[in-house]
Amino acid sequence: MESILQFFYANKEAIFIIALTIFLGLEVISNVPSVLHTPLMSGANAISGVIIIGGIILVGHADLENLGQGSNLLNLVLGIFALIFGTLNVIGGFVVTDRMLEMFKKKKK
Amino acid sequence: MDTLNITNGDIILEFIYLVSALFFVVGLKLLSSPDSARRGNLWAASGMIMAMIATMILHRNGEGGGIKGANLAIILGAIAFGGVIGAVVARRIKMTAMPQLVSFFNATGGAASALVALIEFSNPENQSALVTLLGLTIGSIAFSGSMIAYGKLNGNIKDIFAKWMTYVNLLILAGVLFLLFFILFGGAPDGTQQTLVYILLAVALVYGVSFVMPIGGADMPVVISLLNSLTGIAAAMGGFIYQNQAMILGGIFVGAAGMILTLLMCKAMNRSLINVIIGAFGGGGAGVDREKGVVKEVSVTDLAVMLNYSSKVVIVPGYGLAVAQAQHICSELDELLEANGVEVKYAIHPVAGRMPGHMNVLLAEADVPYDKLIEMDEINPDMPKTDVVVVIGANDVVNPAALDDPSSPIYGMPIIKVHEAKNVVVMKRGMGKGYAAIENYLFYADNTRMFFGSAKDSLQKLVTEIKAL
Repeated sequence: MESILQFFYANKEAIFIIALTIFLGLEVISNVPSVLHTPLMSGANAISGVIIIGGIILVGHADLENLGQGSNLLNLVLGIFALIFGTLNVIGGFVVTDRMLEMFKKKKK
Repeated sequence: MDTLNITNGDIILEFIYLVSALFFVVGLKLLSSPDSARRGNLWAASGMIMAMIATMILHRNGEGGGIKGANLAIILGAIAFGGVIGAVVARRIKMTAMPQLVSFFNATGGAASALVALIEFSNPENQSALVTLLGLTIGSIAFSGSMIAYGKLNGNIKDIFAKWMTYVNLLILAGVLFLLFFILFGGAPDGTQQTLVYILLAVALVYGVSFVMPIGGADMPVVISLLNSLTGIAAAMGGFIYQNQAMILGGIFVGAAGMILTLLMCKAMNRSLINVIIGAFGGGGAGVDREKGVVKEVSVTDLAVMLNYSSKVVIVPGYGLAVAQAQHICSELDELLEANGVEVKYAIHPVAGRMPGHMNVLLAEADVPYDKLIEMDEINPDMPKTDVVVVIGANDVVNPAALDDPSSPIYGMPIIKVHEAKNVVVMKRGMGKGYAAIENYLFYADNTRMFFGSAKDSLQKLVTEIKAL
């Protein structure tokens, strides 16, 4: 219990941001016509690939000179997989969303 | 975070993260209106690319070291690899297979979050075991759940449901929560921590599978949206590990947006989220014994004449149309009838296809003008004035049982009231039941005629026949 309270205190700014972001998310989405549900879901899905930043940080600071030590090598390999998966999510997500939306635009002239 | 020596690079990086986060918000806002949607997607994508490049150039670890050349090469290699595959798959995939592709991409995002958390758990610099484990758990559930959803939509995995599965699911979920608490507060000896984390990972993966397994039918989109929301939350947990505001904001934003989208879809089907998760859908159905009546077929010539001399025709497209890739020929029929002075409109149910809005995308692909696609609530009042309704490969969304049969599993779901039209023609492969496996009394109604065959063949025959008139 104490560690949860400590976590709250240590991250109070971030938790404020979260509380406000949740409302922002609800506000932005609540008036969407159902026509756009699929592209929106797909676009939001691509944004959730931000975890790729974590992958970049992980692999970026991996100690390449001491790969033999501990779990360095395993972590590097897992990190590379995280990067590949994250990129699939981001690039694939944005491209497929664009493809869906392209069609809406075409016949609008 | 160490405030001892902040460089200009750190400040610029944080600033760029702020701008990226704002790009995500603006992007999603623009995505929610048809005219600006494409720009919105570009905004969000630019925000992401900006954050990625800035991280590669400017990020420094706790000791102030930047990202070295060799590491950068590995990063760029991995990104190029994933990027090329992602872009090619996303370009080549058939539009009908899009729901499962979205589900697959969601799975990869969840996997990335889970992997990052797994690695960071053993990092002594990482202070927050709580968010790390949450990221690991939620990411794993999103991954395995989305893979099952992918398999189901792709037709590789069949729906399985038994009442006991609900209890087993609750049990597994309890196991996940227990493990989480035990690792955090149980005071397990240091040596066993890592093993427990692997067990948590395994149980969370199992939960993802068992959670999605019994859900099927029309509920699939809801689950995908829910899993999408989970992936966002998992990414935000990753943001906490690195104290990275762009990740936290982006992740939570998607989490919240995905959640509201999930609830909107539930509303479109008049069901609660709990009901979707716990009560499996489909099967059984026909509780009330009704006069079944006789199925009446219509010949292609009669149908051609009937359509050509109507003044108002409404087409109700369903997944059957999409599967048969018949949207183009359908659009041809529409143009032909319009040229002969028939008013043609499309009635779009909010959950037509396999995802909300999926049908709109498919018809847009076939160049059907946007203003011809009418949403359910708008077109229902016009139904009694409609001469012919052509139902192509749709079933549950036009099932009158939703209105008047309280024992039906879809009772209460809003439907397109095609049975109120003067004539109804149903194009169907055979007398099989719809995705929700419920009997449809529409097919036996007096004003209904059946036209059997695959949507594409049927429409092709019809177009040829009308041309010959």
